[in-house]
Amino acid sequence: MSTTTNPSTGANREKVIFEHSRHGRTASAQIPAATKPAGIPSHLLRAERPVLPEVSELQAVRHFTRLSQLNFSIDTHFYPLGSCTMKYNPKACNSLAMLPEFIARHPLAPESHGQGFLECMYELQQMLEAVTGMVGVSLTPMAGAQGELAGVAMIMAYHRARNDLARDEIIVPQAAHGTNPATATMCGCKLREIPCGPDGDVDVEALRKAVGPQTAGIMLTNPSTLGVFERRIVEVAKIVHESGGLLYYDGANLNAILGKVRPGDMGFDVIHMNLHKTFSTPHGGGGPGSGAVGVNKRLLPFLPVPVVGREKSGDGARYRWLTEKDVPQSIGRLSGFMGNAGVLLRAYIYMRMLGRDGMQRVAEYAALNANYMMARLRGAGFEAAYPERRASHEFILTLRRQAKELGVTAMDFAKRLLDYGFHAPTTYFPLLVPECLLIEPTETEALEELDGFIDAMIAIQQEAQSEPEKLRTAPHTLPVRRLDDVRAAKQLDLVWRPAA
Amino acid sequence: MPFNPHTPADERAMLDAIGVRSIDDLFDEIPASLRVKALDGVPERLSEMEVSRIMHERAARDGLALNFIGAGAYEHHIPAAVWAITTRGEFYSAYTPYQAEASQGTLQMIYEYQSMMASLTGMEVSNASLYDGASALAEACLMAVRAHRRSKSARILLPATVNPTYRRVVRSIAGMQNFTFEELPYDPDGGHTLPEALGAYDGQDVTALVIQQPNFFGALEEVDELTRWARRNGALVIALVNPTSLALLKPPGSWGDNGVDIVCGEGQPLGVPLSSGGPYFGFMATRMEHVRQMPGRIVGRTVDLDGKQGFTLTLQAREQHIRRGKATSNICTNQGLLMTAATIYLTLLGPVGLERVAAASHARTQELVAKLTQVKGVRQRFDRPYFHECVLAIDRPAGEVLEELAARGIAGGLDLSGAYPELGETLLVCATETKNGQDIERYAAELSRVVAAARAA
Repeated sequence: MSTTTNPSTGANREKVIFEHSRHGRTASAQIPAATKPAGIPSHLLRAERPVLPEVSELQAVRHFTRLSQLNFSIDTHFYPLGSCTMKYNPKACNSLAMLPEFIARHPLAPESHGQGFLECMYELQQMLEAVTGMVGVSLTPMAGAQGELAGVAMIMAYHRARNDLARDEIIVPQAAHGTNPATATMCGCKLREIPCGPDGDVDVEALRKAVGPQTAGIMLTNPSTLGVFERRIVEVAKIVHESGGLLYYDGANLNAILGKVRPGDMGFDVIHMNLHKTFSTPHGGGGPGSGAVGVNKRLLPFLPVPVVGREKSGDGARYRWLTEKDVPQSIGRLSGFMGNAGVLLRAYIYMRMLGRDGMQRVAEYAALNANYMMARLRGAGFEAAYPERRASHEFILTLRRQAKELGVTAMDFAKRLLDYGFHAPTTYFPLLVPECLLIEPTETEALEELDGFIDAMIAIQQEAQSEPEKLRTAPHTLPVRRLDDVRAAKQLDLVWRPAA
Repeated sequence: MPFNPHTPADERAMLDAIGVRSIDDLFDEIPASLRVKALDGVPERLSEMEVSRIMHERAARDGLALNFIGAGAYEHHIPAAVWAITTRGEFYSAYTPYQAEASQGTLQMIYEYQSMMASLTGMEVSNASLYDGASALAEACLMAVRAHRRSKSARILLPATVNPTYRRVVRSIAGMQNFTFEELPYDPDGGHTLPEALGAYDGQDVTALVIQQPNFFGALEEVDELTRWARRNGALVIALVNPTSLALLKPPGSWGDNGVDIVCGEGQPLGVPLSSGGPYFGFMATRMEHVRQMPGRIVGRTVDLDGKQGFTLTLQAREQHIRRGKATSNICTNQGLLMTAATIYLTLLGPVGLERVAAASHARTQELVAKLTQVKGVRQRFDRPYFHECVLAIDRPAGEVLEELAARGIAGGLDLSGAYPELGETLLVCATETKNGQDIERYAAELSRVVAAARAA
């Protein structure tokens, strides 16, 4: 039996893999012949074997397959997580990125025998420059947060190179994603927060007061984390640039404007892109991401290395990695090799399949889906946080009324949505809006899927009025009921140990 | 447009529901001056068939070399089941497990992974992975400075035997916060860090000492002596280790008298293909006393409303989405997919399998070294014991030799003359369990030819 019956509910749980172990059992097809290691001093050798599972190959396959079946995923469920862009991950991106020659190649193998791979990387750089309006791209940051780090580090390097050492403050809107202030701190900067106005745009007057000779730069997302376009972005850029600061663009919401507006044209000096959002590389249960960065001319000398360069060679071209020697003012390296190559290949393949035409329409259908959902949900009585604004690729509902009048929270709605077969939207982000749901359908979802979600929300609202307890104790139909987070943090059980 | 399901009828109905005439109206808040006309620089779309053709052609162009390079990324056999399961849509296209009840698969997997890594490293607790080994080392340095209350210097000793790219990454990531990194020299004969080199820092405020085992040269460090020095001197110890080697070598939890403080490293050898350098994953483990300073996600086991076992992200107060500017790090993700592959890999291999892979890799490298040093002008550079990697000195420019070997289908190793010019012409070579006697013979024969041709020229 791979599960244990729980006496109180009769429901089964999956055993932890170690509970399947039997001493001496192996997946013997995977085990090389024995060799006696020679030449290692005994005081450097391990005394006891590590605790790893001892199971058959079938037991392993069954266990992990069953675990997979406990997950919601894009492949199985509508997943409207705001700010995460849960669009379809095309299977071809995976199978072509995992062609044997691509996955077998050592990162330090001679470049002369990696021209096919390097050509893909070079073209990816170029396409990303084109869609963002930037003149240089580095593919090396391994996640959005690393892209942010690179972005802010480049801004600081720029000021240092000009001997402008007083600039150590980064301006961040109050509604910013948590990585933004964390990044600024990692770069040795102080933070200054500015508020947003009631219509969702950044408070431009507050910005005017906040800038000065201490301003290194501002970190902005556009559309913002509030799901609306910063209408005064040209003015914002002007104010910051005139004060001597630079603009960093957090590309989390690039899906909303892809092919419609380019961050370079809005006045941004540096941008990070989330390839695992906008360019459809897999979320993988929490990574790997890829946070490629794009820069304008000002910041080109500071790009993190390596970057792919192209040289003429006979009738054709030769590609090679540009390193610290080629980019002497580079902020340096962020990864052991060149970043998440396999993720980059997937993004490349996706962009080739979309092409110019497809890339220009991503934002159109993302916006269509989001605006449709917002209109119908408002029609059904839900309160949008910014009702007079267009939804970008996402929008925010606030359930503050339900919380006050019915005692059910955004968390309760989210958990009940799981019972209806939908992954919940993002909850409680941005922090600015109370009891909020941030909903981002993405362009790959069909109308019926959106209608199904809307119908579920309407049904849950009715339940909130007639039997609120059902929401408060949701979910009811999943492998587990609501989990005790407090206990998880207080009684730390982070490592399996055999029963005493 | 690919992956877009909307029919004209769908569009019409949706626009009506919104109350606009066209999709273009949805962008009316964007200043007209900013609207882009056309995306030049992006080619026309291709069907899946057409893209497939291009990718196959480019892959064929690159070909498959017989690989003898290590230097931080190691070729091991990956059982077929690993990626068959890892690429299941339920793992591949799932998000971070923020809605725990809908993510018990991923969460239980992470808990199992944490358990395996804790045991492998000999430490009390592991996180759910970081981006890669280099950034994990950077995070370990940041963590050591946070965790070591009594040390004010933010001074970290980084031996020259630590992977040179990793040392650069540490400076790029941690270097913006007033840290000092001191390089420790290595013994020119042994290729290892001499414990005596630490003498220069006796009695000084050192926050942490980094020890890589095996080191970048493949040589084995005297980890107990180095750890004991750090303890006597009030410094924390960061161990940078190869996970396969931990099946054979003493884990950092047992170094010195009571182990190290932080363990980190590159997890790629555990079921992740070489794939031109990424995606990989970093691992990190520590003592319970430091757990609140450890970056990255952590999963804990708990119960649900019925008292049934379940798993959830925990200790989130350390992370960016809660602490924002005061977070331990800006890290937002782990490397979920790769960690999944590693967990399945470790399950399939088990303690016996991993030990056999480690032992076979060590034996193959010894055979490789024995065969290659029979070629004229090739000799083993260092005399310390090594694990699954070794430095060979060669009396021809290493870069040229490697190019010629590449032309013959062999990725022969890493030219060290860039990072370690003082060593002269040297190659770092590695053979794992994936290499057999014929492979090694072939390399030796080709190397002989390459060297002889040079002599003739």
